[in-house]
Amino acid sequence: MCNQCGCAVGTGTVEVLDAQGVLSARSPTVASVEVLTHLLHQNDRDAAHNRAHFDRHGVVAINLMSSPGSGKTSLLEATIDAIGDNCRIAVIEGDLATENDAQRIRARGVPAVQIITGQTCHLDAQMVHGALHALDLDAVDLLFIENVGNLVCPAGFDLGQHANVTLLSVAEGDDKPAKYPVIFRAADLVLLSKVDLLNVLDDFSPDQARRHVRELASDAPVLEVSARLPASLTRWLDWLEQRLNSSRAAVEHTESAS
Amino acid sequence: MHELAMCQGLLSEVARLARVHGATAVTRLSVQIGPLSGVEASQLSCAFGIARIGTLAETAKLDIQVMSVGVWCEACAAETEVAPNALLCGDCGDWHVTLRSGNELLLKSVDLALETVTPAQGASTIPSWGGHHV
Repeated sequence: MCNQCGCAVGTGTVEVLDAQGVLSARSPTVASVEVLTHLLHQNDRDAAHNRAHFDRHGVVAINLMSSPGSGKTSLLEATIDAIGDNCRIAVIEGDLATENDAQRIRARGVPAVQIITGQTCHLDAQMVHGALHALDLDAVDLLFIENVGNLVCPAGFDLGQHANVTLLSVAEGDDKPAKYPVIFRAADLVLLSKVDLLNVLDDFSPDQARRHVRELASDAPVLEVSARLPASLTRWLDWLEQRLNSSRAAVEHTESAS
Repeated sequence: MHELAMCQGLLSEVARLARVHGATAVTRLSVQIGPLSGVEASQLSCAFGIARIGTLAETAKLDIQVMSVGVWCEACAAETEVAPNALLCGDCGDWHVTLRSGNELLLKSVDLALETVTPAQGASTIPSWGGHHV
């Protein structure tokens, strides 16, 4: 192993000594260095930093991903209303332009930070880190990060979240998981949103959508929700509560062990 | 996806390695990409051609090894090659499978051009590689 950067020196490294033990004169000298780092390692390092930050403050961070218009913000509004004072929520919003979504969240009495990405089609760990400085994490239990609406790029960037939730609205077609496998495979939970429209959009089959998710070798729960039907949110709220409880148990375990 | 930004990150890592090893140029980068990484080889190759300008890797060759998607079946233990959007066992069709390959996004190795070595002064100009000490 190289004693300067820790990399492994791979085959192809030139011998710099000749038979007499004298350094040879060869030009140019090429050394092949084995690296084995993730191409997004800078982002991964920033994401690990964010995650450590969340864990230190006992915050559970959920990354919401979907195509634009699938109802992420409406779901958050309904979720905030349903949770009420039972848990302290904060939201980071990602959009190419406008503060509209953050204003909608703030109107519900919840702190929200808007990240305006310009032409960038996803959030990355560095952007989220910048937004964290505008939040008092000691006053937050549950942080939602609403990613830029896009079914492609957000899947590639770890933000430091504890779980990914991917939404699929029933207006989009039940074969989206087969068309965008990377983002649906990354999901810990899939929410079929706007299910109140199912009676007029009879070409969307929740069972087919579920089948396409399973075909990605994913056992993520696939729940049906509508921001307009508070009763439909029960299982989603239960899932969030489980996440909070298991995170608290992990923190208590760490504290008692130390 | 965002291959240009990715290439810039890749090149800054390569520049760091070149600096550490006292290299004068980077001649080759070898990367592995799987279809489930979300990165397209042709886009990466194109972006690399732009991002490398003005860096130590300006004339470097980018070798991209595109990996296949392979799964191991928990039900029948078969290892099969499958499509990225149908991760079902190729033998029995079960979806309870473990991904063996296909999500790689890895800088595997770099070839670095080191300074010219001569018998008279080589000892002080060669970086100290572990395992190659006198």
